[in-house]
Amino acid sequence: MDFTLSQEHNMAVEMVRNFTHKEVIPTIREWDRKQEMAPHILPRMAELGILGINIPVRYGGQGFDYITLGLVCEELEYADTTLRVVMSVHMGLNSMAVLQWGTEDQKQRFLVPQAKGEKYACFGLTEPGAGSDVAGMTSTAIKKGDHYVLNGEKMWISLASKAHHALVVARTNLNAADPHDGLSAFLVELDSKGVTTGDIHGKMGVRAGSTGWLAFQDVKVPAENLLGEEGEGFKIAMSCLDNGRYTVGSGATGLIRASLDASVKYANDRKAFGREIGKFQLVQQKIAYMVQSYEMARLLYMKSGWMKNQGLRNTRETSLAKWFATDASFDAAAEAIQVHGAYGFSDEYDVERYLRNSKGAVIYEGTSEIHQLMQASYALGYRTDGDLRCELPAYDEEYWQADS
Amino acid sequence: MKIVVCVKQVPDTAAKVVVDGGVVSWGDAPLVINPWDEYAVEAALQLAEKSGGTVTAISLGGEAAKEALKHALAMGCNDAVLVNDPALADIDTQGAARVLAAAIQKTGDARIAVFGKQAIDGDSGVTAAQTARALGWPALTLAASVSLDGDTLKVERAMEEGRQKAEAPLPAVLSIVKDFGEPRYPSFMGIRKAAKAEIPAWSLADLGVAAPAAAVTWKEILNPPARQVTNEMITGASPDEIAAKLADKIMEEKVL
Amino acid sequence: MANTVWAYIDQFKGVATPASWEAVAVARKLADQLGSGVTAVILGSGVEALAATAFHHGADEALVADDPALADFRGGAYAATLAAAAKSGSPVIILFPTNSRGREVAGMAAIDLNSGVIPDVTDIALEGDQVVATRPVYAGKLLAKVACTARPQLITLRVRAFGKPAVDAGRTGTVTKIAAVADGDKVKVTGYAESEGRLSLTDAGVIVSGGRGTSNNAALQPPADITDEKQKEIWRAQQGFKLIGELAETLGAAVGASRAAVDAGYIPYSHQVGQTGKVVSPDLYIACGISGAIQHQAGMRSSKVIVAINKDAEAPIFKLARYGVVGDLHDIVPALTKVMKERLGK
Repeated sequence: MDFTLSQEHNMAVEMVRNFTHKEVIPTIREWDRKQEMAPHILPRMAELGILGINIPVRYGGQGFDYITLGLVCEELEYADTTLRVVMSVHMGLNSMAVLQWGTEDQKQRFLVPQAKGEKYACFGLTEPGAGSDVAGMTSTAIKKGDHYVLNGEKMWISLASKAHHALVVARTNLNAADPHDGLSAFLVELDSKGVTTGDIHGKMGVRAGSTGWLAFQDVKVPAENLLGEEGEGFKIAMSCLDNGRYTVGSGATGLIRASLDASVKYANDRKAFGREIGKFQLVQQKIAYMVQSYEMARLLYMKSGWMKNQGLRNTRETSLAKWFATDASFDAAAEAIQVHGAYGFSDEYDVERYLRNSKGAVIYEGTSEIHQLMQASYALGYRTDGDLRCELPAYDEEYWQADS
Repeated sequence: MKIVVCVKQVPDTAAKVVVDGGVVSWGDAPLVINPWDEYAVEAALQLAEKSGGTVTAISLGGEAAKEALKHALAMGCNDAVLVNDPALADIDTQGAARVLAAAIQKTGDARIAVFGKQAIDGDSGVTAAQTARALGWPALTLAASVSLDGDTLKVERAMEEGRQKAEAPLPAVLSIVKDFGEPRYPSFMGIRKAAKAEIPAWSLADLGVAAPAAAVTWKEILNPPARQVTNEMITGASPDEIAAKLADKIMEEKVL
Repeated sequence: MANTVWAYIDQFKGVATPASWEAVAVARKLADQLGSGVTAVILGSGVEALAATAFHHGADEALVADDPALADFRGGAYAATLAAAAKSGSPVIILFPTNSRGREVAGMAAIDLNSGVIPDVTDIALEGDQVVATRPVYAGKLLAKVACTARPQLITLRVRAFGKPAVDAGRTGTVTKIAAVADGDKVKVTGYAESEGRLSLTDAGVIVSGGRGTSNNAALQPPADITDEKQKEIWRAQQGFKLIGELAETLGAAVGASRAAVDAGYIPYSHQVGQTGKVVSPDLYIACGISGAIQHQAGMRSSKVIVAINKDAEAPIFKLARYGVVGDLHDIVPALTKVMKERLGK
């Protein structure tokens, strides 16, 4: 067993940290207040290669491993959750699914421009009336000759109004005995006729990010844009979540570290009753819990990333990592506010933003309750993961880094 | 055309640096490439891109200085050399300049040597000029902008009174200031290359120079005396009232 | 006996920088302890008149290389001229002011003379004719006591660190012409690109600085043609710096800035105070809307009197400040300008 990160890992983290400290952190409070995404964020993430970090070089990516993806997400969310969200949808929920399930033609048309950052990608699963109950979705894609006709609406979609591509899950078989088997996944170009998009405002958190909706009215999706096979939509969606949740869990780990660092700094600066508040044991206790949460969350996502590298099925481990880290990030942010006292309540300090930002991830990509059910089901023997027709490819340094 | 850029490994600017038992300590703060040297690397890379040249990064230091060189490689330098010799432990700036001059010459055909404005540990700010002198090359220091016109380097130098326009024929030494423009981040491709790079180390014997005797020695290193500030907060009902009170205090200090 | 303590007179376009006289005054003190005289070295074109002022500040002799080849500062030519003079004289100590030129001439001359340079010194003690110089390192986070065992000892003095030099208008001395050694310097100066004569930060006795806080006056409405949010922010910050500029003008001060303000594009880099900007030590430093990151402190902590104006009562800058005001710079600074104008009769 070796816990050492490689020099590559460390330098990649350093580079992303440099970017966030220079180009994100100085102004993030203002963008959060304005409830807008800073216009330079996506182009810079693209230009720097972050949007293709763990995609093989031959598909336009940077050829790093899955652990680097986790480390990058941790570093991005340390600065602001909105940046990690970009990775969750563009990389975790979309690009990695194309890598896993896509045909060579789909990889060339979708994955390559996405990994290069020329096109942004999002993920359309949740609907106004269907969240955790995926099979309850009402969007339909009906085959007509060489294409499908897509109708329906997707809600709470990150990057809805910014993305060029979306992975959309819709019902292709209205009569399937098990509604799960009636779903299929599609790669949809969002400039297609009949697609409308919009932003949702008034969110509690991730205010400097883009969250919105996608509406499809008689959108013609070419048959060759079907991802996987007809009826595989639910399985594909769940495999997407294995990757999306990995980015969410590793990102939330960064949020815990941000709360910890802010609390340590404040506890060393602020004085009460003639000494630094860090000298008080109840403040120390809060900080100790943050340290504990951070280390645990990091170990959990690292294990999940290691399993991805090895090509091992990691649904169970990733669910645990996501559940633990997001809950712990909410607690850490709340305690960080407590350490800051009244100042923590003000948006002059970052910690109130951390709290607002942490809450979304406790809900999306499987609520904490869903993950509790999953973990209990695994433990009780009610649930096992069968093999998939297409597994996420194990990380192979040579293959990943070769030009072709 | 070959361009050399000299970089140094230093404690991060945010480090809390203290003397502990006569030894300088920066706690667990990371060692980083000297921030001024990142501008130098940027300038070297831009010159190489425009002239179709290559950039070699050189650092004088211990094994840890390889990290600074790896940063330079990750930014895009073509290769890197560490100059490492136990005899360099107590070297002063003129000694460093002579050793760097020998290393620059050993690279073979370097036409430009680029430096940062100063290193943020020793804060001397003389190494570029001294290396130029040791090489017998003209020095264009504190360059805020650089262009290459054939075999002539043209710069605008940031001096206290304004920008001096100056030029010199190659080979020449440059030092770069922040006005030059933000240095690029390492690229992921560069990071991969840097992580795998084997960095050769040259000893004084390899350079064919004797260990320079230090003319300048550090006799003692101290924590600065704590700043004795009696802090007085000025309050008042209105900005005008506060301003009037503050003005009284400023006048009393007799600093105007 | 020949003078063993020399002072290098830094000048720009024939005008000596004030710090040069500080160097002459320190040289005088050292020479008195050593029982020697002081030689001022004046290099340039049309600079002979500076000798008289050097005498007023304590020099006994002036070596003057007055040559068109030295009209513009070129480190190589200046260092070679100085080194040639030093080789034919017998200086034990040569003092320089610390600025861009002082560092370069001293550094290069140290190589030519096979000696050593101690840059940016804030205090000096003599042990025999051996100088023990104190200099801030790690951006002032530490102090080093340093000695140069070779001769001559080349030392650059931090501007304003040694107090205001005394002037005796009755003092005189002898002027000796020396030859310029300029041929070896291949650097050609072709002109000046920026307006000259702005009060330099390092020379300023008073500095008023602005930080990120300059931009957060949300009440200000930018002109309608500025639609980009970033440009609106910069416009607001420039209004903030206008207030700071007015206070600076009233006080005869230079305008400084934090790195955050420079990085955000509010004001050019030449105004940056801090570890990766200028290190200053004015008599009065007024920090407006600057939180006081450790890197900024490194550049201004040796200021004599520090005034901090910041909305955030917890800002670390207050720990350094002699006087603190918790308030909005957009209110306090114009009010202070108004009252200082009255006090100073402007």
